[in-house]
Amino acid sequence: MSDIFNIFVRSVFIDNMIFAYFLGMCSYLAVSKNVKTAFGLGLAVCFVLTVTVPVNYLIDKYLLREGALTWISSNFATTDLSFLSLIIFIAVIAGIVQLLEMVFERYLPALNMALGIFLPLIAVNCAILGGSLFMQERNFPTVAHSLSYALGSGIGWLLAITAFAAIRERLKYAKIPLALQGNGIAYIITGLLGMGFMAFLGM
Amino acid sequence: MKQYLGPLSKDNPILVQTLGVCSALAVTAQLKPAVIMALSVTVVCACSNFIISLIRNTIPPRIRIIVQLLVVSFFVILVDQVLQATLYDISKMLSVFVGLIITNCIIMGRLEAFALSHKPLPSLLDGVMNGIGYGLVLVVVAFFRELLGSGTLWNHQVVPDSWYAAGYLNNGLMILPPMALILVGVMIWAKGSLNHSTSRS
Repeated sequence: MSDIFNIFVRSVFIDNMIFAYFLGMCSYLAVSKNVKTAFGLGLAVCFVLTVTVPVNYLIDKYLLREGALTWISSNFATTDLSFLSLIIFIAVIAGIVQLLEMVFERYLPALNMALGIFLPLIAVNCAILGGSLFMQERNFPTVAHSLSYALGSGIGWLLAITAFAAIRERLKYAKIPLALQGNGIAYIITGLLGMGFMAFLGM
Repeated sequence: MKQYLGPLSKDNPILVQTLGVCSALAVTAQLKPAVIMALSVTVVCACSNFIISLIRNTIPPRIRIIVQLLVVSFFVILVDQVLQATLYDISKMLSVFVGLIITNCIIMGRLEAFALSHKPLPSLLDGVMNGIGYGLVLVVVAFFRELLGSGTLWNHQVVPDSWYAAGYLNNGLMILPPMALILVGVMIWAKGSLNHSTSRS
């Protein structure tokens, strides 16, 4: 149990998706002009990660890994399908995003209003595919571990983009050299925020 | 011809269009993985541009994203398998970032913006040039990070031993992830200032 909690805290602060691995930077830089939309996108990423990573975990564990197919027949003990994992993961993600979009539209119109415009963007967000690939690399023992990893990474991403958007809103009133305005200063701020987050390394 | 040279500086995918930043920053602590990564992205970008352009008139517009993802992931799997077979240590170092080429926005961006509306050969060239433009930034960032952070280039020691004896220390901060972001920020700054001074004169 304490394992699961540790993975959660680690993935929020120390292995933060943005500050330690730069995943999902494109949408992070593009959709952080104001706090409200940034928070919306952050929630959507968090939600999709929490759904897709455990699903991909089960697929990886029972279909793709070497010896994963032994539950069908012992003849498959040496079958290794892990080279297919990239294409399967991305297909699962695109499928789940499409499914969520339809479910939201039909049953949760309020959530659809808030997250709807971001969902199509998310299928090609590297944070989502990255979450599944890191999950595969880390070899979590149970699905609960992967769930806590996914939730933690999602919350870390949400935290990072919201903090960054808040700083960017204040930045409108700052005097920045002409050539550094826009993306230049955005990179440098993210770098400084990342250094701040590195303080958690000692925890 | 001019439009193909754009990605090298004027429309550089990373510095100007902010596409494909994720992988660019994570693999640049050393020169060697950065070059391998740049080559892989160039290959995937060029090949998938070519294929999508070949079949552009037969793809139904509603499902084009899925078709593009499938073509791209096919090439990424090829590249990944080749790397694992020939350069195992580099492939371990790049870990998930080879797989993440699938969601690299440069590739999807070029497919949408160029390959869907142009003939196969120009698309191939466009893919190659964008890959090179991306690679240039990677190599510059990795050059400075490896030189200042570990005192080596391409795993060969460059900073002489006498400097270390005289008290020179490697800047450990350069190896850490945040410095990659700051270096790219500084590159954008330098490029912006150059553009402003030339446009004024």
